[in-house]
Amino acid sequence: MAAQGRPPVSVRSVNCPNCGAATAVRTFGHAVNVVCQSCRSILDATNPGVTILQRYTEAMKEEPLIPLGTRGKLLETEYEVVGFQVRQIVVDGVSYQWREYLLFNPYREFRYLTEYAGHWNFVATLNALPGGGPTPEGAAARSYGGQRYRHFQTAVAKTLFVLGEFPWQVRVGDTTTGVDYVAPPLMLSAEVDSDKEVTWSLSRYTSGDEIWKGLSLPGKPPRPDGVFADQPSPFRGAVGTMWRRAALFAAIAMVLWIAHLVSARGRQSFAQNFAFDPKSPQDTSLVTPVFELDGRPSAVEIETATNLDNQWMFVGYALVNEETGQAFEVARDVSYYHGVEDGESWTEGSPTDTVALPTVPPGRYFLRIETEGGDLAAAPMRYRVRVVRDVSTSLWFVVALVLIAVPPILATWRSSKFEHRRWQESDHG
Amino acid sequence: MTSRAASCPNCGAPLSYRWSSSVQTVCEYCHSIVVRTDVDLKKVGQVADLPYDASPIQLSTEGRYGDKGFVVAGRILYQYEQGTWNEWRIVLDGGADGWLSDAQNALTVSFLTKGLNIPTEAQAALGRSFEWHGTRFTVMSRTLAHYAGVEGELPFEYWDKTDVTFIDLRSESADFATIDYSDETPALYIGKAVDFDTLRLKNVRTFEGW
Repeated sequence: MAAQGRPPVSVRSVNCPNCGAATAVRTFGHAVNVVCQSCRSILDATNPGVTILQRYTEAMKEEPLIPLGTRGKLLETEYEVVGFQVRQIVVDGVSYQWREYLLFNPYREFRYLTEYAGHWNFVATLNALPGGGPTPEGAAARSYGGQRYRHFQTAVAKTLFVLGEFPWQVRVGDTTTGVDYVAPPLMLSAEVDSDKEVTWSLSRYTSGDEIWKGLSLPGKPPRPDGVFADQPSPFRGAVGTMWRRAALFAAIAMVLWIAHLVSARGRQSFAQNFAFDPKSPQDTSLVTPVFELDGRPSAVEIETATNLDNQWMFVGYALVNEETGQAFEVARDVSYYHGVEDGESWTEGSPTDTVALPTVPPGRYFLRIETEGGDLAAAPMRYRVRVVRDVSTSLWFVVALVLIAVPPILATWRSSKFEHRRWQESDHG
Repeated sequence: MTSRAASCPNCGAPLSYRWSSSVQTVCEYCHSIVVRTDVDLKKVGQVADLPYDASPIQLSTEGRYGDKGFVVAGRILYQYEQGTWNEWRIVLDGGADGWLSDAQNALTVSFLTKGLNIPTEAQAALGRSFEWHGTRFTVMSRTLAHYAGVEGELPFEYWDKTDVTFIDLRSESADFATIDYSDETPALYIGKAVDFDTLRLKNVRTFEGW
């Protein structure tokens, strides 16, 4: 069907009236301005005589990281890099420069790649306006494609350096107002050209590696430095997953804990009364009769109920398995003091102490009890020892909750640090 | 589609109007602009060589818009301070006229829409919004352009125009509208922004090296 059509559009070149060098035009009739590849003068490519629009002042020179004329595939479409410009914004007296590469395919809209400190974005102009306001006034959020974009920065961008060709007029020194809204890895931007035009575009954060691969560039892309406006946080998704996982683990721990509370039978296996006289230290050690701890391996609680009154005692227990000799040892200080001071009554400690030994296997056991202490002047003390089998314990549950919560808390902290670094660079930092 | 044979009033070369709605055509041989009246054909002007442009679309390019096929019948080429753009006249299945606009490969399809309130040039400031058929449109660009040439068949007489203001409007759902202030009564065209893939264009131009 091409019979009716015209012959293929042929590649042209323009001859620079300043230095005489020829520069090939890559975008055919789209080229409005072409920069002379030799002397960097900006030429009017639409004028058959070719006039110089702006002479190169040597104020700045920069080699593009991606050479002009590079062709390759980005997002499934073949593009040729045809134009390059360095642009700058000044915020609080600090200038920030970034680079823009113009991408051409004769059957597609022009696209851009932008690069700032090793951070790359693939940029496409938008056909539909964002919600929340069709022009970029104020700092209110915008919406696009069901996504909410937060205002990041409003700044005047100035062109510092150009190379290659453009389908519109470019001059070093041109300024436009740019407004960015972010929803990483996307950024919505409006560019306002005085009272003539507002153009919305959508940037997608893209790794340098992906671009290097798509365009078959040699070597490696520069390593990104700092956090860029629409750089996706490496923690953001992970933090949510970690909290969800932690919640699941906590729920499991809770179920196990409740099951444990419900199933713990708490049966008394042994109880006996003893007396201890601090004044006669010879009978400080004793051994109880053998008693049975039955069932599955479970916790054992030893309760020491004393008649201490402004007194203290030390009691050491060894729960010894008669058959295997395995011993579980635990030492307790029991003290109970009370009085009245400045009209206020006070107490300290308790006459009753309980301690749990976790996971004691079933078997025949006896207790070896050693007692010590107390004021020598005091009267002999009485105490009752009770051994309760299969008691419920809750400490492990608390420890589990803490262990479960540590990773997501750490990740949340790192994520918020990342977001802080991102927003530090914005108008709201 | 009707095809009526005639000859160019300037050079006598055969001339045909492929579409009944066409009013103007350009003689392929002598580049005379020929207008069809009730009785005969009249030469009204001459087309200078069209500027070197790189639209992938050309006369007789075919494509689809929605559920209808279309063919490109003619074009108006405009020039403005930033470059050029094309308004391709398309004729859809069934004979309806539409416009496929191509500005640096950014495409829109729109149709002349009558009976709606059209703001004056001064009212349609950048950022102002207007509602048509329940859709809110906002002025996104104001362009002062001038006619740079015509080609093929057009549904009206159009030649030798001077500076004209065009105002482009967009909506949140990729609707597109343009107001053409060429004539005393402005004309409103409403349609959609489109991309190459959805138009499924055939018989496009080819480019050296692509």
